[in-house]
Amino acid sequence: MAKKLIVSLSPHVHSRDSVQRNMYGVCIALIPALLSSLYFFGLGAAIVLATSVAACVFFEWAITKYILKSGRLTILDGSAVLTGLLLGFNLPSNLPVWIIIIGALVAIGVGKMTFGGLGCNPFNPALVGRVFLLVSFPVQMTTWPMSGQLDAYLDAETGATPLGIMKEAIKSGDVSVLHKLPDAVDMLVGQTGGSLGEVSALALLIGLVYMFVRRIITWHVPVSILATVFVLSGLLHLYNPVYASPVSVLLTGGLMLGACFMATDYVTSPMTVKGQVVYGVAIGFLTVVIRTFGAYPEGMSFAILIMNAFTPLINTYCKPKRFGEVVKK
Amino acid sequence: MKTFKIGGVHPSENKLSATSPIRRAGLPKQAVFSLYQHIGAPAKPVVAKGDEVKVGMMLAEADGFVSAPVYSSVSGKVSKIDALVDASGYRRPAIFVDVEGDEWVDTIDRTTDLVTLSQRPDLTAEEIINKVRTAGVVGMGGATFPCHVKLSPPKGTKAECVIINAVECEPYLTADHRLMLEKPEEILVGVELIMKAVGVDKGYIGIENNKPDAIALLSEKAKAHPQIEIVPLQVKYPQGGEKQLIAAVTGREVPAPPALPISVGAVVQNVGTTFAIYEAVMKNKPVFERVITVTGKDVPNPSNLLARIGTPMHQLIEECGGMPENTGKVIGGGPMMGKALMNLDVPVCKGSSGLLLMTENESRRAEPQPCIRCAKCVSACPMGLEPYLLATASAFRNWDLVEENDIVSCIECGSCQFTCPSARPMLDNIRMGKTTVMALIRARNAK
Repeated sequence: MAKKLIVSLSPHVHSRDSVQRNMYGVCIALIPALLSSLYFFGLGAAIVLATSVAACVFFEWAITKYILKSGRLTILDGSAVLTGLLLGFNLPSNLPVWIIIIGALVAIGVGKMTFGGLGCNPFNPALVGRVFLLVSFPVQMTTWPMSGQLDAYLDAETGATPLGIMKEAIKSGDVSVLHKLPDAVDMLVGQTGGSLGEVSALALLIGLVYMFVRRIITWHVPVSILATVFVLSGLLHLYNPVYASPVSVLLTGGLMLGACFMATDYVTSPMTVKGQVVYGVAIGFLTVVIRTFGAYPEGMSFAILIMNAFTPLINTYCKPKRFGEVVKK
Repeated sequence: MKTFKIGGVHPSENKLSATSPIRRAGLPKQAVFSLYQHIGAPAKPVVAKGDEVKVGMMLAEADGFVSAPVYSSVSGKVSKIDALVDASGYRRPAIFVDVEGDEWVDTIDRTTDLVTLSQRPDLTAEEIINKVRTAGVVGMGGATFPCHVKLSPPKGTKAECVIINAVECEPYLTADHRLMLEKPEEILVGVELIMKAVGVDKGYIGIENNKPDAIALLSEKAKAHPQIEIVPLQVKYPQGGEKQLIAAVTGREVPAPPALPISVGAVVQNVGTTFAIYEAVMKNKPVFERVITVTGKDVPNPSNLLARIGTPMHQLIEECGGMPENTGKVIGGGPMMGKALMNLDVPVCKGSSGLLLMTENESRRAEPQPCIRCAKCVSACPMGLEPYLLATASAFRNWDLVEENDIVSCIECGSCQFTCPSARPMLDNIRMGKTTVMALIRARNAK
């Protein structure tokens, strides 16, 4: 035979799934939330998101080329775009560009590339960036514009967020403070103040369903977080109505964004179903504890980062059920 | 619909040759018989250069209990006993026979009349097992484990049911499917023979429901065999894996190695093997021909051929319209677990279930990306293992860690690598780790 044949080991076929397909799949799932952020925050949202995505992609490209001196064009895999989108979603829409750029540098530079790039980072890069900004620029990061100011950016009028109102109710012990909360339908659709990507729980849930349908993620992490938060905050609410109702807790702040898009990050979440449920329940628990008893009104980012640190440990102890492990008689 | 519970994937089925009836392949000019057509000790030649042979004559005898004899599929003269690169890629001794005419030994019943068990009430379990052993029947699905060994359960174990593997979960392959459509009654008698040999009164035939015609036909014919139940199974790879099939049909899971299927009372045989058992016992015909699917997206005429063992693969390709220009890889077996052939002089063996010609484009692996820890391999693994961990730890040669994490349970089905979005060569590494760990365990036990 003159013709040379290719020889390789089985399997000889592949599902054609790819990193890009998954990363851009999550980006597509974020489109409803993106549109809702533009709808509620207009110009400010556009500037923040564009800056964040561009800066994340730029820093990954620059670090890969000039510091790691690698010829690989890793920015095409979609993960930097995704980090940029998620970072932007976690910022107020009146944040100055220079702060966003610092956030992107920390997210990509410190959160991702120092560990070796995609797949190696122990912590969710977007959250590393966000928390860095939160502790460095507490004032700018915790004054949120009210929604509906479409042509405003740095000059947007700020106001109290539902989470702030809840914290105030707990601190004052006055149930009547909670009457200032928007009604549940408004919080679901997004007529409230907050970081630009987190205001519409509905848009985020549409994205979640899309990710389920395309089998990008499984239900274990988001559902276990949401269920834990609902049950715990429900118990607190029954104990003392000064703690907001579980429905308001679910619909406010970064909870939905975190449960659907941040905690489900492939790289930093556990590998087994058992582990994912443990991780989800722990995140839900920590979030409620921080929101209720901590200094900050929001606890989602901290809860996810804390559990990211536990992921290797969870992977070590939560093994899948091996075939034949329990012999059925 | 029944199926196994842990893991599994669904590759494109591509059963291109499903409607193509089995036809006879032509006789080769020279037939080559590898002495390594089964798992276990290689067969020992009983012929020498220059000997005249007939179809159905023994060329090499079994060398021990876990071994099987090799029979000639052609008549002619032994031209040499020499090394040959076979489907495994190794150079191994083989018997070369120059073909002259087509003369069969006269003990073989060449009629197509059905012989039922009621026509042979005298048959005992020992006789059946003996016939199977002397006829050289091995696992025809590709595993090639000598059949008589599985029919002789070790002391202290008891068979409760016989399960026939008619799943054919490998994409492209249709040899078993066609055999069921064309020889249903023979297969049912074969199942009865296996049941009698292991002394059980319950037999199942597991068929995936992408073969509704075979399910319907066998269910109809099985009405005359009340002890045999046809079990339609939901399509999922690797359901044809022995342990997965037992789990799908009976709900029982075989424990980790070294436990055997018999530990949950199951004896599993492939449907092609079942037909070979029928022919061996009822027709006195040793294994020297088999159905092989020759297929591929650009193959002009994908077919199911009844080929004599020893026929070179290039001849089968010619019979299906020739090799397409753009062929990049030729696989012996299916695309999930088959082996890529080095050259096309490789002869058909007892375990050759298919010949798949892949185009140049299909033949290349995608560039591996970093593991993104998406856990899709963990949910795909039908053995409940963590392929990402086994692959990485094997690459770092951490043998203790992979052994603790049950690498020896891996059945090498390839579901992890198939599903990996980063196109990582997971199974390459896991195979290396598994082979090394098994050698370490053997060395430890030998002490």
